[in-house]
Amino acid sequence: MMDYTMQELMVVAGSREIRDDDVVFVGMRLPLLAFQLAKDTHAPHAIGIFENGILRDVPAGDALYTMGDTPNIEGAIWTTSMMDIMSLLQNGRVSLGFIGGAEVDRFGNLNTTYIGGRENVRVRLPGSGGGSDIASLSKRLVIIMNHEKRRFLRRVSYITSPGFGNGGNWRQRVGLRGRGPCAVITNKGILRFDLHTKEMVLDSVHPGVTVEEILENTGWHLRLASNIQETKPPTKTELRIIRKYDPRGFWTQGKRTFR
Amino acid sequence: MEQKIYSMKEAVSQFIEDGDSVAMGTALEAAIPFAVGHEIIRQGKRDLTLIGPISDMLFDQLIGSGCVKKVVAAWVGNVIMGVGYNMRRAVEVGVPRKIEAEDYTNLTISLALYAGAMGIPFVPTKSLLGTGMMGGKQPFKEMECPYTKERLALVPPLKPDVAIVQVQRADEEGNTHFWGGSGVTKEAALAARKVIVVVEEVVEKKVIRNDPNRTIVPGFLVNAVVPEPWGAHPSPVQGYYNRDHEKYMSYHNESRDRDGYLKWLEKWVFGVKDRKEYLKLVGEEKTKSLLVKRHRKSIPVDFGF
Repeated sequence: MMDYTMQELMVVAGSREIRDDDVVFVGMRLPLLAFQLAKDTHAPHAIGIFENGILRDVPAGDALYTMGDTPNIEGAIWTTSMMDIMSLLQNGRVSLGFIGGAEVDRFGNLNTTYIGGRENVRVRLPGSGGGSDIASLSKRLVIIMNHEKRRFLRRVSYITSPGFGNGGNWRQRVGLRGRGPCAVITNKGILRFDLHTKEMVLDSVHPGVTVEEILENTGWHLRLASNIQETKPPTKTELRIIRKYDPRGFWTQGKRTFR
Repeated sequence: MEQKIYSMKEAVSQFIEDGDSVAMGTALEAAIPFAVGHEIIRQGKRDLTLIGPISDMLFDQLIGSGCVKKVVAAWVGNVIMGVGYNMRRAVEVGVPRKIEAEDYTNLTISLALYAGAMGIPFVPTKSLLGTGMMGGKQPFKEMECPYTKERLALVPPLKPDVAIVQVQRADEEGNTHFWGGSGVTKEAALAARKVIVVVEEVVEKKVIRNDPNRTIVPGFLVNAVVPEPWGAHPSPVQGYYNRDHEKYMSYHNESRDRDGYLKWLEKWVFGVKDRKEYLKLVGEEKTKSLLVKRHRKSIPVDFGF
């Protein structure tokens, strides 16, 4: 019997991508929890930056729902402008960025703006925010999103945040500096990218999930790594820390209420 | 001295005209000028172009009220809940009216306002390349760098007709203090033709003089100072009140269909005549619960010589 949610496992998987010497462009939702968890476990020296203009080296003193919440300012090291934070990003000072997406394709391109494309909009989503900048410019990029067939497409209809375009050396050809995505953490497994083709490869499967289930929920013929692992489940300590930072279960227990 | 203290009604009526481009929500999720937005809706302003990095609910409300013809932004929605239903309806099916969307990123909206503030024709960037935001009717172009030969995306300036600056305090001349993450507030104010500052408190000028590093906009650029306590609710203002998360969640559910949105609008905007009445509707129990409880006072520094 699982005593954790898939969102908690995704937070744990995200936190394991964070190194102690990372400067992390944190973002919101699960990545924010991943950062706080990493700080309290294996990456106490990691630095977190937030695009509204915040730099922190300790987790916030209360649960955060947005980066602009008052506890995220209290105890910060630097409160500044978005230009300063984005300068760090463009100048190569951000080693790891996290983003989410509504649709992703086999080369890690994300669409969070126009489902159906700009000329034939079926659904208008909120847009890039800082996501496109993070995908273009951070040295390593981790994508966190749900694994569903309608979200995992052969080709996205609009690129909000660039992955590897149509593969190979596309990023260099169009002039992008960052190295592109290194992992896609979903609610079913973890995918990484082939070094040469830049196509997504299934790397690990979460406990209780089968490879078949992942293939069924992917909109193209997904390649498998030669030795697929099972994702290491969260430890008791990791769960305790996650629940400290998400005390009402808003992000990780599906409890969309504040009471 | 020029009189710059205005009521919200006067400031919106006098400084925001139909067809203006208005930068607001410049500090992202914090200090969002909801009181200004609601007064714009009550006064029935039309054909506005909204400029901002992300908009946490406010742009969605203005769009759903038919005030907007164009949105120039990196993100429009409800940060903790996801999409903005009015934005969706306007773009997808033209309800209540069709709007244009110019799609930026957070970096490039900063650069556009910075170019506006600097008075230069464009700023180059290494973002945007290879994305759907290039091409079409979008404002960006590409060039080869004349020095390094690398590909660059070019961002032209944004010069808002009006910038709304929501802050903690200013003096009567509009010298404005802000603390917290400021987003694009400074760039927007420096790029704009008119600046409206909305404050929790009006303070004496010596408060500004004692702490000039905290000044985000100098008064000579400011047209109006509007004292409006709780003007940013349900967004937070550091040192004054915390974010009212529940309001974002209930708005998301209530605005899901058009009728629901119109009911929301009737209750929270047309059903009250000003911010004071709005706050009564929010209720004292709620506002009390949002007040700062864990104070963190800065230690004064010495600006002397």
